[in-house]
Amino acid sequence: MDITTFLIQCLNAVQYGLLLFLVASGLTLIFGIMGVINLAHGSFYMIGAYMAFALTPIVSSVFGGGFFAVLLVGVVLSVLLGYVLEWAFYSYLYNREHLQQVLMTYGLILVFEELRSLLVGDDVHGVQVPDILAGTLQLGDMMTYPVYRLFVSAVCLALAVGMYLVFTRTRLGMMIRAGASNREMVQSLGIDIQFLYRVVFAAGVAIAALAGMVAAPVSSVYPGMGSQVLIICFVVVVIGGIGSIKGAFVAALMIGVVDTFGKVFLPQASGVLVYLLMAGILLWKPDGLFKAG
Amino acid sequence: MNQIEKSKWAFMAAFFAILTAIPHFSGNFGIDLVNKIMIYAIFALSLELLVGGTGLVCFGQAAFFGIGAYIAVLLSPESASASLLWLLPAAVFAAGLYALVVGSLSLRTKGVYFIMVTLAFAQMAYFVVHDTPLGGGSDGIYLNVKPQLANLIRLDSPLAMYYFTLACLVLVFIFLAVLLRSRFGRALAGIRVNEQRMRATGFSTYPYKLAAFTLSGAIAGLAGFLFAVKDGFVNPEMMSWHLSGAVLVMIILGGLGHLRGALIGAFAFALLQEFFKAEAIFGDFAKHWHLGLGLSIIAAVALLPHGLVDLPAQLRSRLTGVLSGNAGSDGSAMPKG
Repeated sequence: MDITTFLIQCLNAVQYGLLLFLVASGLTLIFGIMGVINLAHGSFYMIGAYMAFALTPIVSSVFGGGFFAVLLVGVVLSVLLGYVLEWAFYSYLYNREHLQQVLMTYGLILVFEELRSLLVGDDVHGVQVPDILAGTLQLGDMMTYPVYRLFVSAVCLALAVGMYLVFTRTRLGMMIRAGASNREMVQSLGIDIQFLYRVVFAAGVAIAALAGMVAAPVSSVYPGMGSQVLIICFVVVVIGGIGSIKGAFVAALMIGVVDTFGKVFLPQASGVLVYLLMAGILLWKPDGLFKAG
Repeated sequence: MNQIEKSKWAFMAAFFAILTAIPHFSGNFGIDLVNKIMIYAIFALSLELLVGGTGLVCFGQAAFFGIGAYIAVLLSPESASASLLWLLPAAVFAAGLYALVVGSLSLRTKGVYFIMVTLAFAQMAYFVVHDTPLGGGSDGIYLNVKPQLANLIRLDSPLAMYYFTLACLVLVFIFLAVLLRSRFGRALAGIRVNEQRMRATGFSTYPYKLAAFTLSGAIAGLAGFLFAVKDGFVNPEMMSWHLSGAVLVMIILGGLGHLRGALIGAFAFALLQEFFKAEAIFGDFAKHWHLGLGLSIIAAVALLPHGLVDLPAQLRSRLTGVLSGNAGSDGSAMPKG
């Protein structure tokens, strides 16, 4: 492998890792703050990807807008979806056992998969890279890299930084963190914890959906993409430590590297490598790299 | 033996008697369907030992099921019949061995970690059969000649297969019933209720949990073996996490903490599935049967947290509540304390 290919693979690894981080951070936030283990989180990623595919013709004919209008509409829709789902299903799960949460969210996956099948069918679709972001960028003398992939990385990185700032620097973030550690106390201070949870959940859904939307032109859109990303995100969360955003960030980048370079060097074993990484880390640190709390 | 114990055993005896009689009045479709459900029941019992018996929520049970199935097909000779005498133990042993490895790693973690780690290890097994030519990749492989035991047991007829599965089911049920009543089973129950207290009383809980995990994997392997022999076919879907989820749903639907809950749950789940798949009822919509199934699962979690086993008691209390003019039979209308 020459130095150019190596650099390109590094960029691919970072892009994949950042994308995983977005989905995994929503998963670990919802667990860390609301105590709900949400198997359907991968479905939100899938819903996002399918929105990128299905909304494009509608948005362009109604608003005449392009890719960014689709993203905007998609985010608004997924916030609404998250808000309604929290009200209809997830708010009943807070004080239930993990087992019942696993079951109900497993039921939701089946429902989402079938609704997807009913609404848009079971075909694999490609989503076009928007014109503004098409083309490649010249990096150095011999290397070119697709602009769109850089865009994906930039979006993910911006969201990660934004999330970090909201959590550490704002009043909302402070209330959320306080609510995570003591629900009753925060409630007795007059803060509407129910509303707070609904906001966190809706944000988690929207971030996962946004990740799906921006990933769609890179990874294409296919049935089962939700569960695939969910399980890798579980690995991210296990390696990083549950509830730790920092852990999720480091673990997602590690998996990005292992998976991307695994596909290059050991294509037959690439599916298994991330699980071997997880097994190794568990042997060394059973609670993950950065255990929260 | 008290009254409740007696009625439980009477229920189980009647249940197995009906299963014995079914082939006499059902056609080939019925035999095949009930055979399949009985295999799921063995699979569900294996998980009940972990979840209901030990309090360990394993989300990767399908891996052990799949390994039992793949070993059955991979070790069978191309054009001759394998002997059940070694093929069945080999499948069970392989599944148990994988469970031992997975268990020794994943039991270092707890709670949600354990759920996720078992899921991830099952996914790893899935990728091994899916991505390598070992087991025919995503197409799976066929079992050309079914195994037999000398000329005593020949599993190539559906009826023989049915009774062989039934015998395995009864044996597994009795084995687990005895096991859970033994000293070992009591230790598992202690771990489920309060692991810390068990450790404080001097039990080293890890070996107990690992033994339960390995045993559970081995029984799941038996179920997988039976499935492969019945259908004469294996594919990676047998290891998919959807199946791990389905078997969890079965035991919860039936009622955790009862072996018969696993049986009832397996039957209820499979019949529900057949119901939503029925084109006679749902027409073209039947191909979207997952939708109905998913909604039923959500409803079951919301309405029946203790499972179908608890349904008679719930109905009884509701009924007596109505008779005594008290609508809030679940106690919610009554002041607490």
